[in-house]
Amino acid sequence: MSASSAFNDEKGGSSSVGEPEYGHDPASGGIFSSDYKRHDDLKEMLDSNKDSLKLEAMKRIVAMVARGKNASDLFPAVVKNVACKNIEVKKLVYVYLVRYAEEQQDLALLSISTFQRGLKDPNQLIRASALRVLSSIRVTIIVPIMMLAIKEAASDMSPYVRKTAAHAIPKLYSLDPEQKDQLIEVIEKLLADKTTLVAGSVVMAFEEVCPERIDLIHKNYRKLCNLLIDVEEWGQVVIINMLTRYARTQFLNPNINESLLEEGGEKTFYGSEEDEDEDDEDKDKKAEVATMAKRKPYVMDPDHRLLLRNTKPLLQSRNAAVVMAVAQLYFHLAPKAEVGVIAKALVRLLRSHSEVQYVVLQNVATMTIKRRGMFEPYLKSFYIRSTDPTQIKVLKLEVLTNLANETNISTILREFQTYIKSMDKDFVAATIQAIGRCATNIGEVRDTCLNGLVQLLSNRDELVVAESVVVIKKLLQMQPEKHSDIIKHMAKLIDNIQVPMARASILWLIGEYCEHVPKISPDVLRKMAKSFTNEEDIVKLQIINLAAKLYLTNSKQTKLLTQYVLNLAKYDQNYDIRDRARFIRQLIVPTEKSGALSKYAKKLFLALKPAPVLESPFKDRDHFQLGSLSHLLNAKAGGYQELPDWPEAAPDPSVRNVEVFTLLERVTTLTSVPEWTKCSSREKRKEKKVEKPFYSDSEGESGPTESADSESDSANGSESVSGSEVSGSGSESEESEEGSESEEEEEEEDEEKDKKKKKKELKKKPVQESESEQSSEEEEEERKHERKSKPRKSDSETESGDEEESESESSQSESDESESEAEVKKKKKAAQSKPPAKPVKTDGKKEKKEMSLLDLDDFEPAPSPQVTPVNSFLSSSLVTDLEGLSLSDSVLSPATIAPSSALKSYELLHRITGEGLSVEYCFSRQPFSPDANMVAVQIQFTNNATSDTKNLHMEDVKLQSGMRVKEFPEIELLPAGETTTAVMGIDFCDSTQAANFQLCTHTRKFFVSIQPPVGELMRPIFLTENEFKKEQGQLMGMNEITERLTLDVKCRNEHTIVQRVTTAANLSRVPCGSDKECRFAGRTVTSSSLVLVTVATKEEGAAQLTVNCEKMVIGTMLVKDILQALTQ
Amino acid sequence: MIHSLFLVNASGDIFLEKHWKSVVSRSVCDYFFEAQERATEPENVPPVIPTPHHYLISVLRHRIFFVAVIQSEVPPLFVIEFLHRVVDTFQDYFGVCTEAAIKDNVVVVYELLEEMLDNGFPLATESNILKELIKPPTILRTMVNTITGSTNVGEQLPTGQLSVVPWRRTGVKYTNNEAYFDVVEEIDAIIDKSGSTITAEIQGVIDACVKLTGMPDLTLSFMNPRLLDDVSFHPCVRFKRWEAERILSFIPPDGNFRLLSYHVSSQNLVAIPVYVKHNITFREGSSQGRFDLTLGPKQTMGKAVEAVLVSSQLPRGVLNANLNASQGTYTFDPVTKMLSWDVGKINPQKLPSLKGTMSLQAGASKPDENPTINIQLKIQQMAISGLKVNRLDMYGEKYKPFKGIKYMTKAGKFQVRT
Repeated sequence: MSASSAFNDEKGGSSSVGEPEYGHDPASGGIFSSDYKRHDDLKEMLDSNKDSLKLEAMKRIVAMVARGKNASDLFPAVVKNVACKNIEVKKLVYVYLVRYAEEQQDLALLSISTFQRGLKDPNQLIRASALRVLSSIRVTIIVPIMMLAIKEAASDMSPYVRKTAAHAIPKLYSLDPEQKDQLIEVIEKLLADKTTLVAGSVVMAFEEVCPERIDLIHKNYRKLCNLLIDVEEWGQVVIINMLTRYARTQFLNPNINESLLEEGGEKTFYGSEEDEDEDDEDKDKKAEVATMAKRKPYVMDPDHRLLLRNTKPLLQSRNAAVVMAVAQLYFHLAPKAEVGVIAKALVRLLRSHSEVQYVVLQNVATMTIKRRGMFEPYLKSFYIRSTDPTQIKVLKLEVLTNLANETNISTILREFQTYIKSMDKDFVAATIQAIGRCATNIGEVRDTCLNGLVQLLSNRDELVVAESVVVIKKLLQMQPEKHSDIIKHMAKLIDNIQVPMARASILWLIGEYCEHVPKISPDVLRKMAKSFTNEEDIVKLQIINLAAKLYLTNSKQTKLLTQYVLNLAKYDQNYDIRDRARFIRQLIVPTEKSGALSKYAKKLFLALKPAPVLESPFKDRDHFQLGSLSHLLNAKAGGYQELPDWPEAAPDPSVRNVEVFTLLERVTTLTSVPEWTKCSSREKRKEKKVEKPFYSDSEGESGPTESADSESDSANGSESVSGSEVSGSGSESEESEEGSESEEEEEEEDEEKDKKKKKKELKKKPVQESESEQSSEEEEEERKHERKSKPRKSDSETESGDEEESESESSQSESDESESEAEVKKKKKAAQSKPPAKPVKTDGKKEKKEMSLLDLDDFEPAPSPQVTPVNSFLSSSLVTDLEGLSLSDSVLSPATIAPSSALKSYELLHRITGEGLSVEYCFSRQPFSPDANMVAVQIQFTNNATSDTKNLHMEDVKLQSGMRVKEFPEIELLPAGETTTAVMGIDFCDSTQAANFQLCTHTRKFFVSIQPPVGELMRPIFLTENEFKKEQGQLMGMNEITERLTLDVKCRNEHTIVQRVTTAANLSRVPCGSDKECRFAGRTVTSSSLVLVTVATKEEGAAQLTVNCEKMVIGTMLVKDILQALTQ
Repeated sequence: MIHSLFLVNASGDIFLEKHWKSVVSRSVCDYFFEAQERATEPENVPPVIPTPHHYLISVLRHRIFFVAVIQSEVPPLFVIEFLHRVVDTFQDYFGVCTEAAIKDNVVVVYELLEEMLDNGFPLATESNILKELIKPPTILRTMVNTITGSTNVGEQLPTGQLSVVPWRRTGVKYTNNEAYFDVVEEIDAIIDKSGSTITAEIQGVIDACVKLTGMPDLTLSFMNPRLLDDVSFHPCVRFKRWEAERILSFIPPDGNFRLLSYHVSSQNLVAIPVYVKHNITFREGSSQGRFDLTLGPKQTMGKAVEAVLVSSQLPRGVLNANLNASQGTYTFDPVTKMLSWDVGKINPQKLPSLKGTMSLQAGASKPDENPTINIQLKIQQMAISGLKVNRLDMYGEKYKPFKGIKYMTKAGKFQVRT
């Protein structure tokens, strides 16, 4: 831009351009003197006191400006009126001023003080308009004034003024690029602005001034995504384009394991598990995070998902530019499976103005090459109407050609046939080319196409014939041997076809492939020799060529004919032909004079000519960002920002974290209802009501995406009643069994607790019920609570309900304190004395539990199962116990053979990567009391370092949509050498997607992820044999998976089978009459779908495994897991 | 973004220019004129033309080229869409968007352009906001202005841009509160030679004219919203409400606006209202051709098919057409070879037909292409897709508005191949 202004300066403004125009204006009379006179009266009018005269004068001046005439000599007279009271006069003066200030810098300075006064005006609109005009005056001297004004306006109260400030930034930058650093500061400040009014403009300024400073976006990324829908349409386009580039630098390619996915969904899941096993094995691995990222199956960054989700509704925009922007974002960023949604919207744009169609079709053409399937359903929308402009027709043809495949080619070809009859010959030629491309791409129709094209050779229009011949030639060149009959057919056509170009082309073909038609070609030559003298020049040349080629291959038959033709050509009128004949004679007929070349005559004439490649001009266009000017022109336009390649490893996602409350905000947006987020922001800016996005409330109430989510949430909620019952029974049964085994000491303790809990039960019960019944509402409230409690204790994120619970609990347990304290000491000693892993773990757990009793401030949410069945003391969890008690009738599961010692623990953080902190987790198979839909994950922290670790907590949870996490309470202190455990809950949504989060200590943060084996996504239920059979009967067909296997040698008795199956999956055994069959039942944790497993044993280790499950993915994965467990 | 704008009329004169940044010489348009010369038809001028220092992006509306000068990368659709918005605004202001109208109102045009773009980036494009800033010229106002010397520019500064409803101006007052909605559907179809439908889809719009006092909040519900396959909304429509309940809920802009446009693509749903029997033949060796066309109603659900206009581009070889219309009048332009027949209303008892001969150039071979027939028609009081508005409710204001809904079906790009 600076360049352009300089360019104009050189030309001395537009005066040189404008002046000659005088003569063209009939009103100006065409004589210079009269023109001056008129200007004189304009000056008089401007100097008068009457506003109406001034206005009249200004109108005439503006009309002159509009027509491109020079009105610069009026500048002094006009500029005086800058302070005029009349608004219209003022506005017109502004228009004039902005246009001519550059040429008359000194005089323009006179007006500056007026604007400076305007900048201080109490009315926001006057402030804004003053800034707008001031910044539009391209006079270098006032750069410092502008800078000051922009800086001030950037912190103005009014968002409208701030928006104007954002607009002023690129203006100043183009005037003086040296201000860049200062401007970036302003941009940074404005980017943090929370109003939709400013967002679009500031991103625009960012794109013009410092598009490379992608780091400025990090902190504002989530805000921009969330505000997007409320931003005005032009701003949306700019923001979406910028975010596309941003996402390309920050996230991983969602299609990275496309190949794996193609092999089958299960394989990827499997692969992930293997990966994890490996991780377990090679323990000394460094830089675990990085490798994990690479090896792990792709998990979409929640921020990436956020962007995709928030842009999707904009496909419904009335503005074609917005739709296109979203479309290109999806094309460049979305996983392959999701890109399809944009097709419908793009097809809709084809109804719009022809210019819009033109641009959209160009982009669609590029897309169809990469993702043909996307547009296939809309094939007919690309059919061509005779009223379309030619450029649109050609583009539609391109799209149709790209979409052609085996299934639709017949319809497309039929359509092409009508196009060939069109009156628009350019279009017909393009159609023939398109047919040629279809024929090359799709083998099946090559012959049909060829035949069709051959028929076209008899068309009267030369253009059509020429085009067909060219295409036929190309097609035949690809597989000449197969098409000797077409060549024969064409040889026959030569009698009828009169168009010289076509005759020439046929002769060339026969000559080139004379070996494929050995019998016909000499005959053709004979005919042609006969009519040689009457042929057109190009045909004659090809006859000579044909003769030469035949002479070389079949000299016996054609020697005389060739001689004859050459002789005829020797005396032709055309010197080209005479030359050619002479040249060829020397080359092919060996004489003493002919040099070494004649030896190579055959090679020269019958060299293999490469088949021309027919490919789309839109191939590889997608390296330009779609929808951009550069893509349209297929050349880099000035200022084009290259679309970066995906990074190998994702850059640190935590850079986008803003504050604690925003973190929370995000978690909720991911899981369900973001209304409170909006509420919070509203609260925050209560005083500035203007700024809040208009629809924020109503969106909250019934958002499309959100509402969908909340629906599913409420569904979960309703299920959770039954869910908790079942889980209650399961855990209870386990406890009852295990309880008997446990030490006396503990039993006593637990009994005491039970009493307390029963007391509380009375208090809590009603609350509990209502909770589970209307969980969706409840959740929302909970969040509100949460938010309120947040500032108080920003780190430990505990839910309010739990908070109360644990508070009251802790007050009651005060009396026990001394006792338990003593116990803790004992345990600690024990822990230190026993080095092996397992015992340490158990002790640690106990210790942890008691710690929580000690620690009054730690709002331990009484996480249910601090316990593995191994060490099996009763759960301290209040809620679980309550549930257990209330449901005591459904107990005594005869079958829960708890997989003793079977809990496999996985490494979360190796001690080397964790700098002394090692973390392991296992699925404790206990119901997670705060939320029955969550899988309880027990995490064991061991501090191997020499110094204490403090403030262990988790942060920045990244989940797939629908998944939720209940974080474990912060561990304040983990002394050196100590071990402790905590329990967290994860709702995996019945998928094996990993939950990623950061584990934070007071010094460091570690990226970790927990991925469940499929067997842990269920909880055992108790069924009778009859119930089992009934349920099994309902889950047949697709829901049943049967696999034959040979049992491992060690695994041929019932007990081991049961043990192995229950180890692999969290199921309970179903009693069964036959000893040849073992049955297991469970329900998935989130959706409570039944999972039924049957292992029927036969002779010699042969067995049959049957899994019945509504969720087929879970079923198949489970089959593989159990299979592996039984055969190893 | 947008550097400058040039308005070029059909004869290739620049009659208005506006620069938002430093001045770009109008000689840049020479590249555009070159492209214009190369193109056989005005609509074949490429919308994007690269020049050594600039890019020209143009749209053609009402035989005026709006040529925007761009200096650096910008999404072309962004510019195209903006230019169309400019034209729509002019049309809204002056009733028509012709060269004469623009020249007559050059000051208003200039003021509008000044408000719509700031430094080449769109600023105020909502018609309600613009109308608050700059009052549209009316005969009365022009007269008053000349007498009293008052202005077009609004005395009050606009509040809309700052309000929570950026598309609606504040302080709207009407004595008669009324809201009218026009459901207009257009059938796009290609019918092949034998009369079977190759492709057919319905493009519908709901245009609204809302004149309601204050800040009304309207909801509009349909009897059969599932029909709507693909929808695009005016920004005022609460998208999330639509997603969840299929109800249109919105605070309308004041005056005329397009509430939504939709698409019904499923082919079975598309009823074709008319059929065409045609027999257009040219005989080899003869300089005569037969032309025989009969129209009849097909699926109209008992409604009359009105304002039927048939047009066809005859082959270049046709010199003249000597036809006889049973109803309405026909014209044949020997230069453009365009035949058009204004049929009017189709009477099912007496089907309109156009019969006769075409004379061909003597000695010329028979044209190998057959003309396509384009049909325009109108059916009142019916939306061909069967879409029906269930009810319209207003919240937020006390008065009872007068509500009206009108349905209409038209032929869009309705083509019959012969």
